[in-house]
Formats: sequence, structure tokens, C-alpha cells
Amino acid sequence: MVRLEHVHKRFTTKRQAVEAVNDVSLQVRTGEIYGIIGYSGAGKSTLVRCINMLEPPDSGKVYVDDVEMTSLSERQLRAQRARIGMIFQSFNLFASRTVRGNIAYPLQHRGIPKETIAAKVDEMLKLTGLEDKADAYPSQLSGGQKQRVAIARTLSTSPSLLLCDEATSALDPTTTHSILQLLKDLNKKLSITIIVITHQIEVVKAICDSVAVMENGHVVEQGSVFDVFANPRTRIAKQFIDSISALSKIDEFIANNDPVVSLEPGQRLIRLHYGTKSTSEPLITQVARMFDIDLNILLGDIELVEGFPLGGTICIASGERGHIDEAIAYFQKKGVVVEVIKQ
Amino acid sequence: MNAFLNRLIPHVMGKLGELGTSIWQTIVMVAVSGLVSLVIGLILGVALTVTRKGDVLENVPVHQVLDKTINIFRSIPFVILLALLIPLTRAIMGTAIGTRGAYVPLVFGTVPFFSRQIEAAISHLDHGLVEAGRAMGNGPWEIVFRIYLRESIPQISRATTITFISLIGLTAMAGSIGGGGLGDFAIRYGYQRNQPDVTWVTVLILLAFVFLLQAIGDLVIRKTTH
Repeated sequence: MVRLEHVHKRFTTKRQAVEAVNDVSLQVRTGEIYGIIGYSGAGKSTLVRCINMLEPPDSGKVYVDDVEMTSLSERQLRAQRARIGMIFQSFNLFASRTVRGNIAYPLQHRGIPKETIAAKVDEMLKLTGLEDKADAYPSQLSGGQKQRVAIARTLSTSPSLLLCDEATSALDPTTTHSILQLLKDLNKKLSITIIVITHQIEVVKAICDSVAVMENGHVVEQGSVFDVFANPRTRIAKQFIDSISALSKIDEFIANNDPVVSLEPGQRLIRLHYGTKSTSEPLITQVARMFDIDLNILLGDIELVEGFPLGGTICIASGERGHIDEAIAYFQKKGVVVEVIKQ
Repeated sequence: MNAFLNRLIPHVMGKLGELGTSIWQTIVMVAVSGLVSLVIGLILGVALTVTRKGDVLENVPVHQVLDKTINIFRSIPFVILLALLIPLTRAIMGTAIGTRGAYVPLVFGTVPFFSRQIEAAISHLDHGLVEAGRAMGNGPWEIVFRIYLRESIPQISRATTITFISLIGLTAMAGSIGGGGLGDFAIRYGYQRNQPDVTWVTVLILLAFVFLLQAIGDLVIRKTTH
């Protein structure tokens, strides 16, 4: 669907040149939701603008639907852009037009009959749940409703690809959730490919199938969301994942010498990390019974991603030394990564 | 009533016919030079904005020329501009005096001001709107007409109101070189012949014009702001 090959984009200011996008290659499959995550300044917004050529790359190739975007004339490019939807953090609605007027905007002046436009607008209003707001002006809408209008507007031309540039970053958590749900529904219903730019790892976790992590203009890690969450290879990917993991609290406990983590002789503090798509057995109780040890769970953070449990627990194991060793070996055999944090 | 007015504003009552003519001349001068200035100013203001660096029809040389020319004409005081433009006025209108002779300097005095107002009105728009337009496949002209102009209608209305009001002031000055109208009327009788009631009545009429224009402007702005 989308293929980037060695894309470079450099911005030159008076003092210095910045490689906003530095040799990025990636591939987005048709019908998937692809997340690009990074801190601000990582180059992700520039990268997404290279896809619809709002920021033409300095070098490298961009293919959308097998059309080489980087080789098109300005006129061809405009026609091609109309087939790629885009929504923004700041919504960018036209204040002088009603909701209906905004949604009709990309269809007008294209030789499309008025009735066809009206029917399409109605369809979009229904799709995004905005029927009762058709004649309101953007200033009368909440942030979530504005983003719905922006989605309806960009989808009115039936694009096959939707680019979302920090689309939920200006919204509160509840509204974020409803917009993400809408994107996911649209992805299923219209089988539209979606590329999501975000600095919120929750967004990636909630809706994405694949993810690319960006830092200083480079894509430093990419893969399926499950794989990256289960086994992050780079420091920055770990940071993102830890930022929403309850397990990261343990570092604080240890640093503060919290009584929760003070061990008695023979006890061990271990982290169990479920990183393969297989952990569906009641392992903890099973192991406790099999090896006659106690596992006291301090922290747990397990979620279903792509239908498999992902995350881990931190517990204090107590019992005979040999038994604990055997238990650890058994966990490892079952594909659980065990890390002894303290003993 | 008439007796009362005759006592209160004796000199004005003596030349009501001339006052009527002056009012009409002012209206015509404001309307004609205002409309011409609006059209030219709008075109120049848009041109000034879209040709600047990074904008939809970037053209730095054109932008520079427009920018400098507008600045030059803005910095010449209007009374001097009146005298300076006499040869040009004569060439265009056939005469440099009377209401006809006032149009050219009035347009030259108003256009630079209005263009700057238009530039400010368009510049105040969020750049994200242009980006959204481009992402939807809009070309530069579509962005100019469907986004720049359409979305800044309230600001353009405000600029138009201010421009027309300042134009009333300019027509009064144009009167001083025999342009006719209320300014001419007030100077000839009120000032030169020391008939202060003429000055007072003229001021009141001009005030009424200004209030009327402001009211119309406010109404349009209110109706177009959402």
C-alpha cells in the first residue's frame, strides 16, 4: 500500500541543517493500521508529510498504491492527494462553513452533481455519528466532534489511505478513546489503510497492527505491535512501553528501599515477562503447586494484544533455594522471560 | 422650527442647496473611489500575501516590488500626494480639480492602506487550513478563493469598514484643492469666511456618515462570524 525507500528530508535554517527524516524505509500493508511513534522533534510529522508530498522528500522514493509519488507532476500530485485522506491535531476545519459545508468541501467544484454531494455528505454524517450537528458551525462543537467532522471531510472522497497526524493529541482521554474506536471501525468497515502518527504509546497499543519507532529522523525499530511490545530492542522503545507499564514502579520501590521489596533470607524478587504468543495456561498457580514455593505477586500488568497476553508480573518467590531454581527453569521452558531483580 | 434654525445656524440655512450638493459629492467620492480602491486593494493585498516566501504562489521579486511600492505610497502624506499626482490625474481624468480630479489621489491614498489590511486579514488565518486544503488536492487558486478569501470575510469586512471611514477623512482633505464635497464646503465657509455654524453642521453630518458606516460594518461582521 505504502512503501518508502531511503527517504531523506533536510531542513536548512540560517545556522544549521537538520535531517528531519534520515534514510527511512518502511512498508505499510493494505488494510492495516500502522503506527509511527516518537517524541516531538523525532521527524514523524515530516515523514507523514512525505507520504502525500506536502513535504517533498529530498531523496528517496515514496509509493502509494504502486504510484510513485515522488515522480508526479504538481497536477498529477493534486489528483493523487485527493485519494489520500489526512487529519490533524488541530482539526483544521473551515470556521466559515457549517459541518455540512466542511464535509462537502473536497467534493465541490469537481463537476459532481449537487444531489450526489448531498447524499455523500449524509452518508458521512451517519458514518461519523454527526447527523444532529449537520448545520452547526465548528465553533459550536467539542474537540471530539471537530475531529469527527475532519474525519468525515477527508473520507468524503473515499480515499484508500488515511494519514492521522497526532489526531488525538489535543483530546481528553475519553474522547481519545472514542476517536480511536471510530478509526478502528472505519478501518474494518471501509477496509481503509491508516497511518497514525503519535507520541502516545496508548494509541499504538489500542489500535495499531504494526509500529515504527522514530528517533532523530531514523526509524530505529519496527515490527508488529505484539513483537515490539513483547521484546523491545531499543532503549527508546523500552521507554515508551515502560511509560505505561505498572511494572516500571518497581524501580522506584527499589531505589527508595520501600518495605514492600525488603526480602527475608531465601526470598527472591523476580520479574516474569510474557513475550511469546503462548502464555495462556495458569502458570503461576501451577508452578507454585508443582515446586512447592510461594509466589507473592507485587505488581502485575497483563493485557491482551492481538488476542495474546502481553506484559508481566513482579513477584517475591519464597521457598527452598533449589525449588525456586527449578521453578525459574520451568518458567523459561514455557517461554517466560525471568529476571531476578533482587535476592 | 425654521425661525429657530435660522437663529441657530444662520449661515447654513442660507445655503441649504449648496450643502445638499456637497453631501452628494462626498457620497459619490467615497463610493466611487472606495469601490475602485477595494477592487485594486484586494488584488494587491492578495498578491502581496500569496507571493511571500513559503506561500502558495511564492515569488520573492514580485513580493519585494509590491511591498516597497506600498510602503512608499503609504509614507507620503495625503495632502502632498494630492499635489504630487496632479499630472497623472490630469492624464487619466482630463482634469485635476473638482470631484473628478479627486478620484485618482483618493484611490492612491486608499489602496496601500487597504492592501495592508487585506494582508493582515489573510495572514491571521491558521496555516493548518492551507495544509488541509493542499492535502485535499487544492491548487493555489483554490486556496486563494476557497480558503484565504472565504475564511477571512469577517476580517476583510472589518478592513473595509475602517477603509471607508478613513476615506471620508481623505475626501475632506481633497476638498482643500477644490475637490468639492463637505470638506470643501466647511473650509470655504466655516474657515475662510469664519462661519463656525457651517463647520459644526459639517462635522455633525460627517459623524453621522461614520456612525452609519460603522453600524453597517458591524452588522456584516456579526453576520459572517461563526
